[in-house]
Amino acid sequence: MAAINRDDVAHLARLAHIEMSAEELDRMAGELAVIVDSVKSVSEAAGDDVPATSHPIPLTNVFREDVVGHTFTAEQALSGAPDAYEGRFKVPAILDEG
Amino acid sequence: MPDATLSFEEAMEKYDPVLGFEVHVELNTETKMFSSAPNVFGDEPNTNVNEVDLGMPGVLPVVNRTAIESSIKIGLALNCKIAEKCRFARKNYFYPDTPKNFQTSQYDEPIAYDGYLDIELSDGTVFRVEIERAHMEEDAGKLTHMGGATGRIQGADYSLVDYNRSGVPLVEIVTKPIEGAGSRAPELAKAYVAAVREIVKNLGVSDAKMERGNVRCDANVSLRPHGRERFGIRSETKNVNSLRAVEHAVHYEIRRHAAVLDSGEPVIQETRHWHEDTRSTTSGRPKSDADDYRYFPEPDLVPIVASREWVEELRATLPEPPAARRKRLQADWGYSDLEFRDVVNAGVMDEIEETIAAGATATVARKWWMGEIVGRAKIADVDPGQLGVAPATIVELNTMVEDGKINNKMATEVLDGVLAGEGTPAEIVAKRGLAVVSDDGPLLEAIDAALAAQPGVADKIRGGKVQAIGAIVGAVMKATRGQADAGRVKELILQRLGVEG
Repeated sequence: MAAINRDDVAHLARLAHIEMSAEELDRMAGELAVIVDSVKSVSEAAGDDVPATSHPIPLTNVFREDVVGHTFTAEQALSGAPDAYEGRFKVPAILDEG
Repeated sequence: MPDATLSFEEAMEKYDPVLGFEVHVELNTETKMFSSAPNVFGDEPNTNVNEVDLGMPGVLPVVNRTAIESSIKIGLALNCKIAEKCRFARKNYFYPDTPKNFQTSQYDEPIAYDGYLDIELSDGTVFRVEIERAHMEEDAGKLTHMGGATGRIQGADYSLVDYNRSGVPLVEIVTKPIEGAGSRAPELAKAYVAAVREIVKNLGVSDAKMERGNVRCDANVSLRPHGRERFGIRSETKNVNSLRAVEHAVHYEIRRHAAVLDSGEPVIQETRHWHEDTRSTTSGRPKSDADDYRYFPEPDLVPIVASREWVEELRATLPEPPAARRKRLQADWGYSDLEFRDVVNAGVMDEIEETIAAGATATVARKWWMGEIVGRAKIADVDPGQLGVAPATIVELNTMVEDGKINNKMATEVLDGVLAGEGTPAEIVAKRGLAVVSDDGPLLEAIDAALAAQPGVADKIRGGKVQAIGAIVGAVMKATRGQADAGRVKELILQRLGVEG
């Protein structure tokens, strides 16, 4: 597994709109490196003969009936938005049409 | 600068097109895929959302059972195998159309796979399209780009986001590469998307309105020299959202690719945007298969197991497939292949079925829809079914003609009155004073006058040249200002002249 460096953390923070100071970036890069190392140890322990586990609990088909439940008002939905306009979230133009 | 293109004919001479389609179908469930917020089109922005749709921290999605059942039905209708077990994954990307920074989608384990659809082209040729997979995912929010030019993202100052559509259940149907369509590729493209739309509509699992984005198509096109097995490099034209546009987009991309290849340049693998106004595409972002979405299994959703019993239960609820229904209707109505194909291509099969159910014969229903209404709809630029003619109206008009109350010419006049909102046929007949002169007295008077005025014609008829009768009928119709029943006039003339009809 690829290591995570400080630049990766800074890039992700920017994408996720999380403001981080230089100290925070240093600390987070270090903490994430530890996590990546830990996962690496697990990967070494589980050989090719062990199938990947996506769900540790043997549970399937947890469904909801198709019945309308609660909704937010537009005001509630927008209450945590940095910027809004006429009932909608206002975001910077991002030139990357999907 | 517009891209260079070859003519379609030249492109076809030199190259062999290979197609592929990704069709997204929005399901018409009451609620969203993973939240209980309503799945409704057109409401006030950001009112059909709750914490799950907005990707709030700590929320748990729960799968909508009906959405799963609808997806299985779509898979079955596409002749797919249904996975015994499948799961959802997270497709990670940063873009404001998803507040979660990932889209919940199936990735390596689609619910349905390995199917096919037999597509009938307008001349009756059947072309088999292989289905690679149909997988479940959620729709994204809707972005509106503000400022800049014409709402396009280029030059926009900011974007506004409405998450009402966020989390609406989608089924994405992906074909295998489609080879061998040749010059019929554009037609096949349109017919394929039309068939998928018809199937999901027939299943009742989607509203299937393309203009609302219920069915959206991404069209892949590549060209290769004739005889070469290896595929060329493809482009993917996004969001081609009408049947006509699908046909035009494939046509255009074939011509554009051919010009690129002719110039000796490689085709760039990229997303293209379709522009209805210029009927052309422009370059989006270059796309490589290395798009790294870092898919991983969605830990918040447990796997879905479709037991064979459940699948068979759902199979038993499937309606008659559209192709089988067409076959049955053609046999019931006794139309020739050509007549039936014209009816299907004109888009009035359902309307004719309803008209027959309302009491018309198959012949009468076809005469009215194909002879009168389709042409009027074309002029009005709407679908024939949207023109505003109810099946009962046709039955009423036809009954009036058969009872001899009005003639065919008057009937079309009454139809125009109905379309102009003047009322029911009976009301219009009364209002406009349109009634066939059924009293024989005035007719006989007019007939005698006409015979007297054209003695030569009268002799011919007496002499057995019955086809000469048209001149007398015409004169009588003129004299009665079109208010006579031409059939009755003919009978009376023959009687008058003592000729057997």
